[in-house]
Amino acid sequence: MHELAICQSLIDQVEAIAHERQAESVVSITIGLGALSGVEPQLLKHAYPVASAGTVARDAELMIDELPTRIRCNACETESDVPPNKLVCPACGEWRTTLISGDELLLMSVELQTAENRGGDAPPTS
Amino acid sequence: MCNTCGCNITPGNEELIRPGGKLAKTESGNEAVTVLHSLLHENDHTASHNREHFDSHNVLAINLMSSPGAGKTALLEASIKQLDPKLRIAVIEGDLETENDAERIRKHGVKAIQIATGSACHLDAHMIHDALHNLDLSEYDVVFIENVGNLVCPASFDLGQHQNVALLSVPEGDDKPAKYPVMFRSADLVMISKTDLLPYLDDFKTERTRRYLQDIASTAPIIELSSKSGEGMSDWADWVAQQAAERRSYLEAHPVASEHKHHTHEHEHQHTHSHAHSS
Repeated sequence: MHELAICQSLIDQVEAIAHERQAESVVSITIGLGALSGVEPQLLKHAYPVASAGTVARDAELMIDELPTRIRCNACETESDVPPNKLVCPACGEWRTTLISGDELLLMSVELQTAENRGGDAPPTS
Repeated sequence: MCNTCGCNITPGNEELIRPGGKLAKTESGNEAVTVLHSLLHENDHTASHNREHFDSHNVLAINLMSSPGAGKTALLEASIKQLDPKLRIAVIEGDLETENDAERIRKHGVKAIQIATGSACHLDAHMIHDALHNLDLSEYDVVFIENVGNLVCPASFDLGQHQNVALLSVPEGDDKPAKYPVMFRSADLVMISKTDLLPYLDDFKTERTRRYLQDIASTAPIIELSSKSGEGMSDWADWVAQQAAERRSYLEAHPVASEHKHHTHEHEHQHTHSHAHSS
């Protein structure tokens, strides 16, 4: 299981963004995952509390967008959603296809609470 | 995928991030920051650095991946005898524990560095980077990286290699590409190993493996090989020699910038990466 290692890498990036924006806390994190990324959404969710403990992101909600496995056929150019182990064109049966979505492993966005949007005092600069 | 030109925006995620999409603002008025970085941004950065380091010394790096026991070390031992003798080779071994595999390689007079990953189920770019501090690349033409035996995790981590090779041994069954599509999709070459066992394991059909590889749109060449009998070893040796030659021609046409050429690898790395992975 490599999800904990990936989750720690995620937290490192989120902490850097929160620091740069002088955020008080991280409200939510949205990531995009394709089935061919090799990362299991449930395992990532289980790893999150461990990886985020003691960080500015400890109370953040982890939102995972599971993205479709989508191919474009090199022969008939049809685009189709397919299972991750059957990347064959459902329209014409051609196996030479191009993956256009499904291997993403992306930090898409971070929602931050800052003193400004909370309406309070600015945090001390470091 | 890079993180600057937007090529990581795919039809699968563009609706989420275009203006007015659901990530553009939050209902509660909090600040929403669009990032679009790979979750493995730091690993990928180090992997690129490793690749530049290999390139600056005209070294081809090949990452071998398979289940435990598929015959990666046996293949390397056989390769030492069979590969073009003009190719000077070194091996980086990844295992959870022991120096056993490195010792097997060293017995043949070949330099081997063992990485003991502890509980980590894969090699990552930082571990390779550390290993490169102990390897003078100017003495080698090909570096083989033998990844931790595992058909899942190693596929997600770029190490800085030029080519990925996945081994599937006959006793494992012919449907592994259907069960582990991420691993087999990442392979530039697939080897069906231990073919000397085919007469005893007649439910393994190499044609079925080929079909499962087509199902995941793999265009990788397939070599049927037995390190024991020697079947397929010349195809493997030819493939390695061809990759090394192609890499050399590529680097002649695209020389590495001079700051990397004189890069001693004794420099500013301050890694905070910890290896507290779960197994």
